[in-house]
Amino acid sequence: MRIYADNAATTRTSELARRVMADTMDRYWGNPSSLYSFGQEAAEVLYRARCDVAACLGAKPEEIYFTSGGSEADNQAIVSAAQMGKRRGKNHIITTPIEHHAVLHTVEKLAKEGFEVTYLPMDESGIVKVEDVAAAIRPETALVTVMFANNEIGTVQPVAEIGALCREKGVVFHTDAVQAAGHLAIDVAEMNIDMLSLSGHKFHGPRGVGALYVRKAVPLLSFIQGGAQERGRRAGTENLPAIAGMAAALTEACAHIDEHYKYVSSLRDALIDGLSAIPHGALNGARSPRLPGNVNFCFEGIEGESLLLLLDDKGVSASSGSACTSGSLDPSHVLLAIGRPHEVAHGSLRLTLDYTNTMEEVSEIVAAVKEVVDYLRKMSPVWKELERGERKYVIQ
Amino acid sequence: MLYSEKVMDHFRNPRNVGEIPDADGIGEVGNAKCGDIMKMYLKIDDGIITDVKFETFGCGSAIATSSMATELIKGKPLEEALTLTNQAVVEALDGLPAHKIHCSVLAEEAVRAAIKDYYDKNNIPYNPADFCDHDCEHCGAEH
Repeated sequence: MRIYADNAATTRTSELARRVMADTMDRYWGNPSSLYSFGQEAAEVLYRARCDVAACLGAKPEEIYFTSGGSEADNQAIVSAAQMGKRRGKNHIITTPIEHHAVLHTVEKLAKEGFEVTYLPMDESGIVKVEDVAAAIRPETALVTVMFANNEIGTVQPVAEIGALCREKGVVFHTDAVQAAGHLAIDVAEMNIDMLSLSGHKFHGPRGVGALYVRKAVPLLSFIQGGAQERGRRAGTENLPAIAGMAAALTEACAHIDEHYKYVSSLRDALIDGLSAIPHGALNGARSPRLPGNVNFCFEGIEGESLLLLLDDKGVSASSGSACTSGSLDPSHVLLAIGRPHEVAHGSLRLTLDYTNTMEEVSEIVAAVKEVVDYLRKMSPVWKELERGERKYVIQ
Repeated sequence: MLYSEKVMDHFRNPRNVGEIPDADGIGEVGNAKCGDIMKMYLKIDDGIITDVKFETFGCGSAIATSSMATELIKGKPLEEALTLTNQAVVEALDGLPAHKIHCSVLAEEAVRAAIKDYYDKNNIPYNPADFCDHDCEHCGAEH
């Protein structure tokens, strides 16, 4: 048995995406910037990919810029909006404490360069409040950047409301939609989104490719110099096989979005219900609105890395926000931001499902997690102290 | 692979897991906030460690280093157990990733803490300098 339940980390490239990539390499290997027919045929493939990505987002083709991935798109969008703001005397940025590090580290870098940053208040729901955004906006606010859906706990942010508010206040609004694109319906025009980042490999496209949507009226500064590709905003010969593969995967995902949403949500709900039976464990973040495939629990008295390794032995691939798996001394910044204490955050488990998973797999995951949590608790001195009442349970 | 085969073996099949209810010395080191706690139980007879058990809350290498440390001191005289270094634990496990070395330090400290507890309980004199008291130096969290 091998169950892949880490679809928020990456997804398996779809058959269609693989076929499109191979076909692009085979037939459209010309440089899209070249004037002869080899180049122009490739330029046509590039344009079609741009139209396809735009169509999935409710955008115009000329509003799509291809990048090397979600991180680059986040970096470019934020730095560009900040620099453009600075030119007009605006030096304030609003974000949340639960953003992906591609956003947080970029904002922290800008803070070192003199920008002022407001981190929106966060509670255990893992969802920002629109009124907090409204209260944080000032005349000198250059940018609001709030993720569409969280990569760890799957909570979906009130993007359309924040978009409407920012538009009304004349503030640029960027959203990191890396986890949402292809899984949740997105309409950038309707939602008043100025900038949006996405990444190919989160919806069964290839990795190493992403896209940045920037509304036509919003200026975008180039990040990489050296050529006129992407209308002068992103130099470098286009990674056409990956771009075409991503566009095909996104089109495929968007065509099935309602059907997949329904099916994957039912798997998620069954998994949440199954894991809720484990004592002194709790779901992280509000149950709704939540990404259809995201399940994230904390279990008291155990540590996440050993949980993952033993689950892997049982054939289940998952992830954790423990310090040991994050490669730093602290557990997940998201779990800490929603109020989980360090010792509880170390015992976190993220399972992210997708339409490739089945209900049988959900049952097997529940059984495997129960067994492993029980085993690790039996050898945990922390669990014994909790049981003996020498230490207080955080999760009742 | 993140871990050597030996680490994975000791993680999957930890030796000497459990509790000794009438232990002669008990040592607990680490901090739940940092993500690892090791508890070491010793049975001591005539200056010899006749039995040892451990309980660990922590990552794969925390469990593996605890397990290996118990193997290395079982049946040994206390003086010899006190010479156990974290480096010896790492070597016996065929190495640890750099960011996991602190687990081996905890294992060494757990053994020393259990021996110190035995000395304290039995009024056996020792040089306090031989027993490092700091815990969780690897961790930036406040205790």
